[in-house]
Amino acid sequence: MNLIAFYIFSSLLIAAAILVTIARNPVHSVLFLIFSFFCAAAIFLLQGAEFLALLLVIIYVGAVAILFLFVIMMLNIEIKTFKKEFLKLVPVAIIMALILFVEIYFATISGLGGELPEIAYPINYEISNIHDIGLILYTDFFFHFQIAGLVLLLAMMGAVMLTLRKRYGVRRQKAYEQISRTRKDSVKVVKVLTGKGV
Amino acid sequence: MELLTYQEIPASYYIIVSAAIFVIGFCGVILNRKSIINFLMSLELILLAANINFITFSAMLGDLVGQIFVMFILTVAAAEVAIGIAILVIYFRKKGDIEAEEINLMKG
Repeated sequence: MNLIAFYIFSSLLIAAAILVTIARNPVHSVLFLIFSFFCAAAIFLLQGAEFLALLLVIIYVGAVAILFLFVIMMLNIEIKTFKKEFLKLVPVAIIMALILFVEIYFATISGLGGELPEIAYPINYEISNIHDIGLILYTDFFFHFQIAGLVLLLAMMGAVMLTLRKRYGVRRQKAYEQISRTRKDSVKVVKVLTGKGV
Repeated sequence: MELLTYQEIPASYYIIVSAAIFVIGFCGVILNRKSIINFLMSLELILLAANINFITFSAMLGDLVGQIFVMFILTVAAAEVAIGIAILVIYFRKKGDIEAEEINLMKG
């Protein structure tokens, strides 16, 4: 049963990943990317990592893919057709991909055979996955957790700083200047003489 | 001996899937001539392959550190996408197009 679920989700995942790279319309690519993340979340669930499966859906589908969609729709990219030079690269890419695949496969499979490493933080199957992760993440990995927060803060600041632009000729409220005005430097009493202007 | 993961599925099956996703992402990066945004999507696929590998070994060994690391990879991926898309937006403002072959401001 689990094996059947694994076959279904992994084949869907690979098919969706191929479609991400070959779809012509970038919007279709993003939709296939979302689909592949859902399949990956199902594979995570099969391996007993429920929290990360949900996290994958929340972060990728909820944030990253929406960001992609926003940018694609904002930038108004026209759909490009395949060029002749593109087709020349395909056999080279396939050969490289096959070599890489075989290399990764044998490197990891040969690593499986030997002596198993010592387990640092064994999974406790009595409690739920999220409870288990929380017990480790907020104690032994607390420093890493805070650094991750710092990375996200830096990414946010970087994105804001990169896309911020100062436009001239735009009137905007300057709260500090408006509040800090006094009567002395904004009101002037002028004595107007008869027959003359101000 | 075949090493099994949590649900009695051999770990090597997951590794094959992960390697396939990695290779597809790699092909997406080198074959891409359309737009930079497809580069970023292929990079997401590569990171997903790494995540699947981490979860597989975590489930196989019964060690939780792999799952903790996946969280940090997710963090880095989100940060990378935010910065990448910000650079894309300012490039688009300057040039009006994001075709990968046309990007030659640095004359590289």
